[in-house]
Amino acid sequence: MQQAWIPLLLSLKVAGWATALNLVFGVAAAFGLSRWRSGARDVVDSLLMLPLVMPPTVLGYYLLVLLGRRGVIGGWLDRFDIQLVFTWQGAVIASTVVAFPLVLKSARAAFEAVDPQLERAARTLGVSETAVFFRVTLPLAARGILAGGLLAFARALGEFGATLMIAGNLPGRTQTLSVAVYSAVQAGDDSTANFLVLVTSVTCVAILLLAGRLVPQHTLLKSG
Amino acid sequence: MLLAVDIRKTFQSAERRFTLDVAFKATSQRVVLFGPSGAGKSLTLQAIAGLLRPDEGSITLHGNALFDSARGVDLKPQARKLAYLFQDYALFPHLNVRQNIGFGLQQGWLNPRKRITHPQIDYWLDALELKSVAGNHPAQLSGGQKQRVALARALVAQPQALLLDEPFSALDSALRQRMRRELSDLQTRLDIPMVLITHDPDDVAAFGDQVVQVSDGCVREDHPFAGYVRSEP
Repeated sequence: MQQAWIPLLLSLKVAGWATALNLVFGVAAAFGLSRWRSGARDVVDSLLMLPLVMPPTVLGYYLLVLLGRRGVIGGWLDRFDIQLVFTWQGAVIASTVVAFPLVLKSARAAFEAVDPQLERAARTLGVSETAVFFRVTLPLAARGILAGGLLAFARALGEFGATLMIAGNLPGRTQTLSVAVYSAVQAGDDSTANFLVLVTSVTCVAILLLAGRLVPQHTLLKSG
Repeated sequence: MLLAVDIRKTFQSAERRFTLDVAFKATSQRVVLFGPSGAGKSLTLQAIAGLLRPDEGSITLHGNALFDSARGVDLKPQARKLAYLFQDYALFPHLNVRQNIGFGLQQGWLNPRKRITHPQIDYWLDALELKSVAGNHPAQLSGGQKQRVALARALVAQPQALLLDEPFSALDSALRQRMRRELSDLQTRLDIPMVLITHDPDDVAAFGDQVVQVSDGCVREDHPFAGYVRSEP
């Protein structure tokens, strides 16, 4: 049972990093898309939403092609002695890509729900464009973004296919919770499997409850 | 005040085409742009504030160009030092009254603290009887209080002029009378030039030292107010 905590902690670490990365890149992309007025927007939007519909193993294969030693990015990183395949950092990248659309979708909806009049008001009051973003747009979109972040965390925590493809199944190093469940079942270790499944379920339910509480209050706050 | 506006802008969509072609010189301290809704009054006011970029023309205030397409001048709204009172007040719902009023006093990426104190904020809280609601959020305010907060927020940075977009349309008629009087007194006291847009003849009577009539995107008349014309059905 002691060993069951190791994949849990690794999963939390990977999901935490993936969520943090998505809160930066997903939110930035969402803000860009919400303000971009061009025909190409829908195409870019569809491309960015692809990870939601593609099989994770396919995504993992793409990542392997890109990040592997002979891949475009992997080959370049190899010159600096950085390897992503079979490392927990590789798992972070897999989880980030898979969970990216969840943050993008929530954050974009949240940005589009911010009344542009409020941003205009801030401009007439003399504050810079960056300040308008950090003082008006972001706080008003915060709940929606946070809800997206929680969903992304939950998705990253449960990531299996893409993670397995790129990070493998090395106990103690890259074996995340969902991969450990699979391994335990394969090995016939039912007590470990039961425990891991229970921990995963409780964590996921808690996150969904939290996300659900955040979203309606967001709409309440808006009606001010 | 000497505000000279001479701008053109065309809006094109699949269904319709709208041309804004506005030229007038405001010479009194109280100017009313009067016309039916959809005539282009709000667009004109937004152009003056820098929130809308005209295709061509010029906007001059006190001899300084705010916009001049011929010379490539287009000051950002931030640099125009104009107070803008939005029709629905556009108060920041996530900030309390104090923070709303102090919003423009603080540059940088952070909002004012909840208990920010500043002589200007306290002055306006006092002058507009907002002390008792200083810690409240906009959702907890009445219509009249919201308008006062919006006024205080706009005036706190000591702007060059006050632009008002249908300031009384969101209020019931009794309150409308009172807020008209308050605004009129305030304008007299501060001696700040103002441009008010409205479709309500009563606003024209109260504030129209100079009236500019706008319809279908064009200035129809620019004259001292001598009664209003009802548009034919």
